[in-house]
Amino acid sequence: MEFRYLPMTDGDKQEMLNTIGIDSTEELFSDIPENVRFNNELNLKKPANEYKLKKELADMAAKNANLKQNRSFLGAGVYDHFIPSVVDHVISRSEFYTAYTPYQPEISQGELQAIFEFQTMISELTGMPVANSSMYDGGTSLAEAVNLSAAQTKRKKILVSKAVHPQSRAVIETYAKGPGLEIVEIDLQDGKTDVNQLSDAIDDETASIVVQYPNFLGQLEPMEEIQTLLESKKKTMFIVSSNPLALGYLTPPAAFGADIVVGDTQVFGIPAQFGGPHCGYFATTKKLMRKVPGRLVGQTTDEDGVRGFVLTLQAREQHIRRDKATSNICSNQALNALASSVAMSSIGKHGLRKMAAINMKKARYAKQVLQQAGVTVAYEGAFFNEFVVKLNKPAASINDRLLEKGFIGGYDLEKDYPGLTGYMLVAVTEIRTKEEIDQFAKELRDING
Amino acid sequence: MANQDFPLIFERSKLGRTSYSLPELDVPDVDLNAELGNKYIRTEAPELPEVSELDIMRHYTGLSNRNYGVDSGFYPLGSCTMKYNPKINEDVARMDGFSHIHPDQPEKSVQGAMEMMYDLQSALREITGMHEVSLQSAAGAHGEWTALMMIRAFHEANGDTERTKVIVPDSAHGTNPASATVAGFEAVTVKSNEKGLVDLEDLKRVVGEDTAALMLTNPNTLGLFETEIVEMAKIVHDAGGKLYYDGANLNAIMGYARPGDMGFDAVHLNLHKTFTGPHGGGGPGSGPVGVSAELQPFLPQPLLIKKEDQFVFDYDRPQSIGRVKPYYGNFGINLRAYTYIRTMGAEGLKKASEYAVLNANYMMRKLEKEYDLPFKQHCKHEFVLSGKHQKKLGVRTLDIAKRLLDYGYHPPTIYFPLNVEEALMVEPTETESKETLDGFIDTMLTIADEARNEPELVQDAPHQTIVKRMDETTAARKPILRYEANSE
Repeated sequence: MEFRYLPMTDGDKQEMLNTIGIDSTEELFSDIPENVRFNNELNLKKPANEYKLKKELADMAAKNANLKQNRSFLGAGVYDHFIPSVVDHVISRSEFYTAYTPYQPEISQGELQAIFEFQTMISELTGMPVANSSMYDGGTSLAEAVNLSAAQTKRKKILVSKAVHPQSRAVIETYAKGPGLEIVEIDLQDGKTDVNQLSDAIDDETASIVVQYPNFLGQLEPMEEIQTLLESKKKTMFIVSSNPLALGYLTPPAAFGADIVVGDTQVFGIPAQFGGPHCGYFATTKKLMRKVPGRLVGQTTDEDGVRGFVLTLQAREQHIRRDKATSNICSNQALNALASSVAMSSIGKHGLRKMAAINMKKARYAKQVLQQAGVTVAYEGAFFNEFVVKLNKPAASINDRLLEKGFIGGYDLEKDYPGLTGYMLVAVTEIRTKEEIDQFAKELRDING
Repeated sequence: MANQDFPLIFERSKLGRTSYSLPELDVPDVDLNAELGNKYIRTEAPELPEVSELDIMRHYTGLSNRNYGVDSGFYPLGSCTMKYNPKINEDVARMDGFSHIHPDQPEKSVQGAMEMMYDLQSALREITGMHEVSLQSAAGAHGEWTALMMIRAFHEANGDTERTKVIVPDSAHGTNPASATVAGFEAVTVKSNEKGLVDLEDLKRVVGEDTAALMLTNPNTLGLFETEIVEMAKIVHDAGGKLYYDGANLNAIMGYARPGDMGFDAVHLNLHKTFTGPHGGGGPGSGPVGVSAELQPFLPQPLLIKKEDQFVFDYDRPQSIGRVKPYYGNFGINLRAYTYIRTMGAEGLKKASEYAVLNANYMMRKLEKEYDLPFKQHCKHEFVLSGKHQKKLGVRTLDIAKRLLDYGYHPPTIYFPLNVEEALMVEPTETESKETLDGFIDTMLTIADEARNEPELVQDAPHQTIVKRMDETTAARKPILRYEANSE
């Protein structure tokens, strides 16, 4: 069997064995104790040639209903947005994707500068002065923010709105077990965080409060009220998870006094790809700059005074501080951060505002036609590009029917919010056309009855 | 190439220039401002660049030319397994049916994706000898922490709440003690002996009733196989602790030995290393975890299982540690790893390990003539040299690394592991040819010569790169972490 990734020839092998002074490569493995040696052949599928394997995988891919062939109204944290062609052309350059973390700045200026630019873009969007090089995803980035707030305030209680993405809340719960944090969830009122309950729950043990803006149900949280609430609770930190596309139009969390802003840049140039890899971002204040998890890139100069970039403030990190590090994170999502940077550069300052506005306007149109189709809209507050509808049947069964018609329906809220049977979260992005929205309303009317 | 500032994308920006081509607004316009009111409407637009499409391509092509990847040249970065990244992987990952599917679609509409995940889980179970695998963890460090959380949950389920310590060798990667801390444990160190292996006497000293787990990389970060692994497993298990396998170095032993057979209770794998991820300039990676039958109930939820002929996500897992990540892991990376495993099969993976180890030993024997080799036995897929001979001449390992840049190589990992003075950690991987290895060996020997005869040449390196050594001190003291339009 030939293996195209293995350049070893019989002649090379013999010469190398001679140099080492052994007869066979088996001798190189003789230090593995006999009783733990694996003496069988691994039971794996036979090697497949390139043509055959590509065909086999294409067949596997064809079993999935994809977002290109179907019209999707599903969002809930992962969105089907327009991806400019330039994005894939840039991230396909193998000087980027076959490199690793830029430990050697002299030959990694490309990646380092790209990250520095990404940090700048995130800082601009969130209004926060400091942003890191990226995190695994929005959910783990939020969990890291929660852990940071506890470490910083030396408090254990965290108030988390139930309008934060359910899976992010689940990740927070898991992360919280390490440092032993108490997670208190705050109920909702009309699809938004119940500020009265929040106010009652804050005490001198509260490390942080966590909200999502726009929230999981698409609604805009009462940010000013929360900000006011925190004015008398100076030590409690305000953590906000934000869809960065929304921040192209909406007031950035920094303006509401946020201490940490996190989220996912999947909306910019990263396909849904079944939930990952996406790209978390993490932005914060100057005060917390030296506590940030993950890699940070800073600007400096070389010996000749030429501008350049390096990994910096590494005293925070695991490879230096080991068990005293601010986080155990080692990698970042560099390639996806690059994809998002390219998408943000392509969309640009004015394009971003326009794109965010198109999302909002199409979502409002969809809301209106769905109402006309006899569907009840659950919440009437201000929203971004998602809204909740109440249906006459369980959302899962409606989605099955919609799929037959070539639609991927909205998110079934019953999974995460007991009692919300028949409630569906509908997302409308800029790529949905009026015709598709009209058709969706018609199908939903027919199925909903 | 002239050494000069390369413009930032923001510095290429010009008011009125655009690169976007957005879908049009084909629905009736509405007044958003009237609805939202002032408080929610952003007053100042974020300063994203305004550039043309060609500006973008010139900019990022320029940046790519200022970067170095495996496709650019030899990248023997120890512990990172910088092997070739197959192109079919990239093609497959871009197929619509994989890249454009939503994680919340009805399960019946994503059976192909779930089948791939299930097959990958099965393959990784077989390769590691573990009972069950979850693909949810996003990267190596994330997998470490996930596994430790499961071990923690296991002890708690047994009412064993006093197990607060995780033992980590002094040669371990920094993520090991950091993950232990994040999982709520205290990290304690076990020493290495003169052979570079875990000192069994010291292990017996630190192990006890408070031991939750021992974290071990095998072969270890010195590239040496822990030959007393069976004894170590017994010591830790007898004390009631669990054995955790850091899969960073799995590339050395595929088809030769399996962590499950060595007595490990939990493992993580780095799919971006061993299984050609790729590395992406720092990520995304993927760090699946495998566990013994005993730890299986604690795996993250949901777990992908097969029920009759359907693939389903099983959420009914009462003892699960919960979610460690939204959705089901870094699917796109897992898909690339799957494609690689299907390309190689059992025979190919074993050959990969065989040649990775052969390449490393060949280089090691050639280089020990000039560089101190602290541990003399055969190595596995990587080896660690010490630059201490050169240090006596006033040339540091950092200088040697920088000099390698002049010769067009990515340097090895330096100053790691911490238990070797002036460490140079070399991992050639199996995808490099003998000619490439010989070229690098010759260069390393030349640099050793230079260190003796023209030390300044090495001390002042690099000379050929687009920038010289960077002022990292100022970068940390006066951090500039973003571009400011009016700062210069």
